Amino acid sequence: MDLLYFEDFTPGEIVQYGDIEVTGGRIKAFAEQFDPQPFHLDETAARDTMAGGLIASGWHTAGMLMRMNCDNFLNRSAAQGAPGIAEVNWLKPVRPGDRLSVRRTTVSARPSASRPELGIVDFTFEVLNQLGEATMTQKNVILFSRRPAGEGAAR
Amino acid sequence: MSLFYEDQRIGDTKALGAHTFTREGIIAFAVLYDPQPFHLSEEGGKASIYGSLIASGWHTASICMRLMIDGRDRARAARAALGEVLPQLGVSPGFRDMRWPAPVRAGDTIAYSSRVETVRETKRPQWGLVTARNIGVNQHGAEVFAFTSIVLWERRAG
Repeated sequence: MDLLYFEDFTPGEIVQYGDIEVTGGRIKAFAEQFDPQPFHLDETAARDTMAGGLIASGWHTAGMLMRMNCDNFLNRSAAQGAPGIAEVNWLKPVRPGDRLSVRRTTVSARPSASRPELGIVDFTFEVLNQLGEATMTQKNVILFSRRPAGEGAAR
Repeated sequence: MSLFYEDQRIGDTKALGAHTFTREGIIAFAVLYDPQPFHLSEEGGKASIYGSLIASGWHTASICMRLMIDGRDRARAARAALGEVLPQLGVSPGFRDMRWPAPVRAGDTIAYSSRVETVRETKRPQWGLVTARNIGVNQHGAEVFAFTSIVLWERRAG
């Protein structure tokens, strides 16, 4: 399979992908391990909190975004990881029954000054629910290998 | 430990505890949330720029969250045992400037800590906003993780 390399990401490009159905079971399983707060653990207890009902941990939503990114482009790319995340905004609660997808905007792309074999691509990701509302946004760069000489473009 | 917004003081630093990342834990997280080759197997790690299996940065972050909640719950239980009124739990609108400056590998023990950076009131009189810089340091003293959390804390009834 042809891999996506640094050269395959064009600033201004917007693509949409992914489809995860959020379940109460998944929300609670993540929360029990990583974020055991009442509004992530139990429907009844959640009603008495600011959240007004069971909502996914923001870290769970970030994990679901990562999963959709892996399944839909990173794992058919020459990605070499990310040094960090500039910002995440949790805008709307994610609740059981929501269906999530991703809208990805390529903001900029530049070769790495320190590692000439790598390029740095800056993205904005929006996690959309079934109503098209952004529940979370995330801005970060991802490192990609540059296309080896002699390989044609993917796509 | 202080539990209301008014108790948060810039510069206050607390240890959150430590976690040892196992091969099994790293892979179990990656299978569900970050299935990239260098998080899934030793072979995948060797073929990457990291040279070995490494933990997902989101795993490193999620463990930090768990330690934060555990610490807060212990403090709340201690205050409740003294008969004190506990604040409502606040939510977080997001975070800023998360960094993974060095990999977390199987067997690494990461010690996390949190330092209050800013406090400010919000338009909602019940809630104040507190930012903190949270870091994780490995057993060799190298920083492997950092981020700035933004969390609402309930204010004391005025």
